[in-house]
Amino acid sequence: MSSLQTLDIAARSATTTPSPDIRHRPQVQEVAKLIDVSACIGCKACQVACMQWNDLRDEVGTNTGSYNNPNDLTPSSWTVMRFAEVEPTEGHLEWLIRKDGCMHCEDPGCLKSCPAPGAIVKYSNGIVDFISEHCVGCGNCVTGCPFDVPRISKGDNKAYKCSLCSDRVTVGLEPACVKACPTGAIHFGTKEAMHTYADERIVDLKERGFSNAGVYDPAGVGGTHVMYVLQHADRPGLYSNLPKDPHISPMVSLWKGIAKPLAVFAMVGAVVGSFFHYMKVGPIEAKEDPADPSDGTDPHAHGGGDVIIEEPPRTIAMSSTAPPAMPTTPSTPSGMQDGPRV
Amino acid sequence: MSQRYLRRYKDATRMNHWFVAILFFAAALTGLAFFHPSMYFFSALFGGGQWTRILHPFFGVAMVLGFAFLFFTMWRDNVLDKTDVEWMKASPAMLKGDKSGMPPVGKYNAGQKLVFWVFGISLLLLFVTGFMFWSPWFVGFFPILVRRIAVVVHAASAVALILSVITHIYAAIWVKGTVRAMTRGTVTERWAKLNHPLWHKKMTRGE
Repeated sequence: MSSLQTLDIAARSATTTPSPDIRHRPQVQEVAKLIDVSACIGCKACQVACMQWNDLRDEVGTNTGSYNNPNDLTPSSWTVMRFAEVEPTEGHLEWLIRKDGCMHCEDPGCLKSCPAPGAIVKYSNGIVDFISEHCVGCGNCVTGCPFDVPRISKGDNKAYKCSLCSDRVTVGLEPACVKACPTGAIHFGTKEAMHTYADERIVDLKERGFSNAGVYDPAGVGGTHVMYVLQHADRPGLYSNLPKDPHISPMVSLWKGIAKPLAVFAMVGAVVGSFFHYMKVGPIEAKEDPADPSDGTDPHAHGGGDVIIEEPPRTIAMSSTAPPAMPTTPSTPSGMQDGPRV
Repeated sequence: MSQRYLRRYKDATRMNHWFVAILFFAAALTGLAFFHPSMYFFSALFGGGQWTRILHPFFGVAMVLGFAFLFFTMWRDNVLDKTDVEWMKASPAMLKGDKSGMPPVGKYNAGQKLVFWVFGISLLLLFVTGFMFWSPWFVGFFPILVRRIAVVVHAASAVALILSVITHIYAAIWVKGTVRAMTRGTVTERWAKLNHPLWHKKMTRGE
């Protein structure tokens, strides 16, 4: 939301030179939020805390037949509990509740696809943040995100998403949702510590019969700074279509990778190449040939003005019986070059 | 002694051309601002990033509509035929400065025709894909995958268009006497004989 903070910026959108990085590596430790889905009761305290801390008030929505409220992420709802009633094994109902929001990818597709310099930054601790005053509202972050998280506000045409409470983290506090969670389902700390904690939870879950329990930290986006503990880590799709192997779309990575510098090179090269071609080869010019009486001048014209040969109308030109078009004086009213033909 | 000129473009065609040309520069500069960070500074010409994003699609749509008129005025003269293949084969020598091996051409040579069709096709693609991520008006009607593809096709078409425009402008500067076809509407007879002999013959009925 704001650049007025003390977190160092590690990566900046639409910027081709490195950010100041004398401080961050390796001293700054990466942070992560760990969401233990198995401990979530779906109370939405995290949603309320997010609204309160970030001063967000979404419009009252409509009931779509599920507990989801609001039904989807919006510019002013940065986190949403997604309720899924599934049968991982036949006849065995489970209510899987996933707190959705920005995953804070180590390799953020939004940042990669953003054309506005500095509108999206990744801090050295891993938090991905939108710097709204630089946002131009193009929506590229929406197309770049593998998780369908950013939302463009209809009011100000700016993109919004979870900031992982970067303003709180910078002063040593945990994100608001972590603080509010009554069951301890949301944890915050260094990424290393979160993995250690997750491993303990996974041992517990496996003892309770969830043999496929695991942590969700997808390698396709370089890992994420929001991780899940899932009872069924082999099937993340059960959790309201959490992608199994998220990647930045090849459409984005190809184009933002090598294709754009090459295209810039081609366009600049075409201009520079044309310049040198002209200097080497010179222009194509009709040379005056005094021996040819029709060359460039009308032998029939004497002393009058210039003569313009008009294009014959297309309909006449296509008719074989049409008389040959004769050179005429200008018939258009422009009359820039007038003078009767003798 | 008076000079003989051949009418190459009517007033309306010329005004149409320059309408498209000005809008091309407006659309290209606003688009390039978002194409690569090295060209983001173009956004300063249009009042900043937000304004550049707002204006670009309007410039683009106006350019495409303008070009549609040019297209219907000119497409008949730009249909490729067999002699265009010969022209293309002979063109490397011409680029080295030797024009003697070029087959006689009519109103447009093969290079001009190709440029015309690249203009037409790229503008059509730009027009269609541009709507798919025109924020905030039309973007909501298209799923994210379609928008991802549209962004790439839009940018690739723009590069093709810009490269063709560079060729188009350079050719006009390179071949002396060409620019007045669009600024004055007429060309000298000598220019026509050298560069478009079949067109010259048609215009003068072989006189």
